[in-house]
Amino acid sequence: MTCRQPLTPVLRQLTRTTSFELGRQSSRSQASSLARTAAKASAASGSRRCFSSSQPRPLKATASVRQAQSKDDFTSTKYPEIKRDERFASLTPDHVAYFRRLLGGNGSALIDGVTGEAADDLAPFNSDWMRKYRGHCQLVLKPSSTEEVSKILKYCNDNLLAVVPQGGNTGLVGGSVPVFDEIVLSLGRMNQILEFDEVSGTLVAGAGVILEVADQYLAERGYIFPLDLGAKGSCQLGGNLATNAGGLRLLRYGSLHGTVLGVEAVLPDGTVVDDLSRLRKNNTGYDLKQLFIGAEGTIGVITKVSIQCPQRPAAQNVALFGLASYENCQRAFREAKSQLSEILSAFELMDEGSQALVHQVTGSKRPLESPYPFYCLIETSGSNVDHDSEKLQNFLESVMEQGIVADGTLAQDETQLRSLWSWREGITEALGHLGGVYKYDVSIPLSQMYQLVEDTRARVAEAGLLGDGEEHPVRAVVGYGHMGDSNLHLNISTRRFDARVEQVLEPFIYEWIAERQGSISAEHGLGLAKKKYIGYSRNPTMVGLMKQIKRLYDPKGIMNPYKYI
Amino acid sequence: MSALRILVPVKRVIDYAVKPRVNKAQTGVETAGVKHSMNPFDELSVEESVRIREKKSAPGGVEDICVISAGPTKAQDVLRTAMAMGADRAIHVETKPDDDLEPLTVAKLLKAAAEQQKSNLVILGKQSIDDDANQTGQMLAGLLGWPQATQASKVEFGEGDIVSVTREVDGGVETVRAKLPMIITTDLRLNEPRYASLPNIMKAKKKPLEKKTLADFGITGEKRLKVLKVMEPPPRQGGGKVEDVDGLISKLKELGAI
Repeated sequence: MTCRQPLTPVLRQLTRTTSFELGRQSSRSQASSLARTAAKASAASGSRRCFSSSQPRPLKATASVRQAQSKDDFTSTKYPEIKRDERFASLTPDHVAYFRRLLGGNGSALIDGVTGEAADDLAPFNSDWMRKYRGHCQLVLKPSSTEEVSKILKYCNDNLLAVVPQGGNTGLVGGSVPVFDEIVLSLGRMNQILEFDEVSGTLVAGAGVILEVADQYLAERGYIFPLDLGAKGSCQLGGNLATNAGGLRLLRYGSLHGTVLGVEAVLPDGTVVDDLSRLRKNNTGYDLKQLFIGAEGTIGVITKVSIQCPQRPAAQNVALFGLASYENCQRAFREAKSQLSEILSAFELMDEGSQALVHQVTGSKRPLESPYPFYCLIETSGSNVDHDSEKLQNFLESVMEQGIVADGTLAQDETQLRSLWSWREGITEALGHLGGVYKYDVSIPLSQMYQLVEDTRARVAEAGLLGDGEEHPVRAVVGYGHMGDSNLHLNISTRRFDARVEQVLEPFIYEWIAERQGSISAEHGLGLAKKKYIGYSRNPTMVGLMKQIKRLYDPKGIMNPYKYI
Repeated sequence: MSALRILVPVKRVIDYAVKPRVNKAQTGVETAGVKHSMNPFDELSVEESVRIREKKSAPGGVEDICVISAGPTKAQDVLRTAMAMGADRAIHVETKPDDDLEPLTVAKLLKAAAEQQKSNLVILGKQSIDDDANQTGQMLAGLLGWPQATQASKVEFGEGDIVSVTREVDGGVETVRAKLPMIITTDLRLNEPRYASLPNIMKAKKKPLEKKTLADFGITGEKRLKVLKVMEPPPRQGGGKVEDVDGLISKLKELGAI
């Protein structure tokens, strides 16, 4: 999962409602230009992975709309080395009839492209929001209870039908999108909030609850969901857990491995794993629920979640700094931790390159008068406005006086607070508007974190690929991310697809990270995109143990095949 | 041309981004524990005053920018913000927490303040986003007997104390011209307020902030209007509900709508 990736619910609605004329036009015209981008991509030697197509604005339908469903943008065409596992059965009308009986004839429960025509309805389940991946799924099942999930999986396991569990489908690595004709198991109807304890703050909810809905529910009761990210309007709790999503509040509230108290999951053979504990402390045996967190649906399907929610902070402040060097960003971070300690809730880093691109796309007024090489966004959250403001004022004065910070601003009202955040949150979207982006989500020890951006930039420039003119395929190499978590987003914004770019980037970046004991996937997961690079961050013993676990839980390998490990 | 002495009234209101809630007694909106900030139209007034100085658009220059607010102690926060944006000094007229001043009272207060401060230009927001009265500027012009240009989208200065103000009206723009001293009220397209920079936020702490009371201006907070009841708009009558998007699509198909 990405952090605050700006996927608005509106956008999703647009792609989902393909049967409306307007929706159809927009999504088709999007699809068509994307298909063109992708076609170029695959034409040039089948390259592929991190090249994400932009999300072009829907203009109006043109003649090329009819060719929108080009064969070239299927994942299977782009990655010819991935072959369909022939052990898996193909769907037959008998299978569909079984599922129809199981789930009832209700139009909400099943989308059937096996016995009828449903390409438009299936489309949103077959591709991700960046349109990097597209599968051939013919059947979407939408169970509304754990029991139904259990029966579906048992049937699939017995009949060797491959399954892809899917939540909000907002991932960036293709983990929730089918590759071939896997059945999509959408958890969207399991969207009930089941219980909430107003004293302890324990929330129990179905896997299909949308993150923002859960957070709104908690807000009304004075609590906050311990996870926040850009896709919150679409992503679902089950998917958040399955990908161990990180996001913006991780610095303050920790990872889901800590906040999740219990999980209910269904194994491929239909066994319901009821570990829906509401207890913070439970040292009785192996903590098996942790295996499901971050497993990306490869060993079972998460159906319910029990999570510890903290008190919602009453006071929030946001400040933005301009700094002269990365060295100073580190000093500012040290100072922030020591002076703001318990109220510090986010410390984000953006470089000038990323901010210039946001400015270029949005045209918004820049918060600071003159540009600086680096910017840091600091958020504090606490219970007492006056206490926080005083602390923050002292901190601001001290970093200004010490010369750590060259300039800065403090949000004076809620509108400014949101607009300062938009300079951090809007980066992904701005880059998307400009063209294809190679995205790397990595963890690197803090002292060397920005070095990766500089080294990559130098390498791309040396190869003559980086520049202002149209003749250079690369527009900019930028870095931003969660400084508080040593998590960097390295983005290479391109003007067009050029095979040389990827040759320069890979495996260079992965090797660079491996040398420094970093992680090639900090919070986005492995999915299809990073499956083959796991070796750069995990040794063979670790990968071997992971494979044993996969075999133990999913002996027939029907869960989310072709991905992860 | 005479040097400008600008008076900028600012009001502390419930933050623009916060959804106001009616209190249980239905006598007003809930203000306790709700985030407050400067009325957005007043931010435009402050910004415009500072720009007139920075861009040297007035031939006589800007001698003084004074911000004034009447309200509880917390109103000093918005005065500090205004000074961080570039105002020179501030006057805080302290009122009791639930002392809600009516537009006429505010206009009388501002009349006294403008005379005391020897102001020759008063730039006000066209309205405050809490009461939406859109009266204070006009009443003040009446009380002072000064010309007024309301809902300004552009302000220009000429020779001989002439000020031209462009205002957006139905079907186009209208340009009015008047001589100082005068009143201008601001509208959204006038400018884009700046972010207060950290060095300026710190400097603002040291700028003078005078504390006064209504009595200092010879004003009593008498009320002419009485609020009878405050109510939320009635909730919309709902239609049918489908479970999700696909449910909606099959429903629409069933109805033959698509």
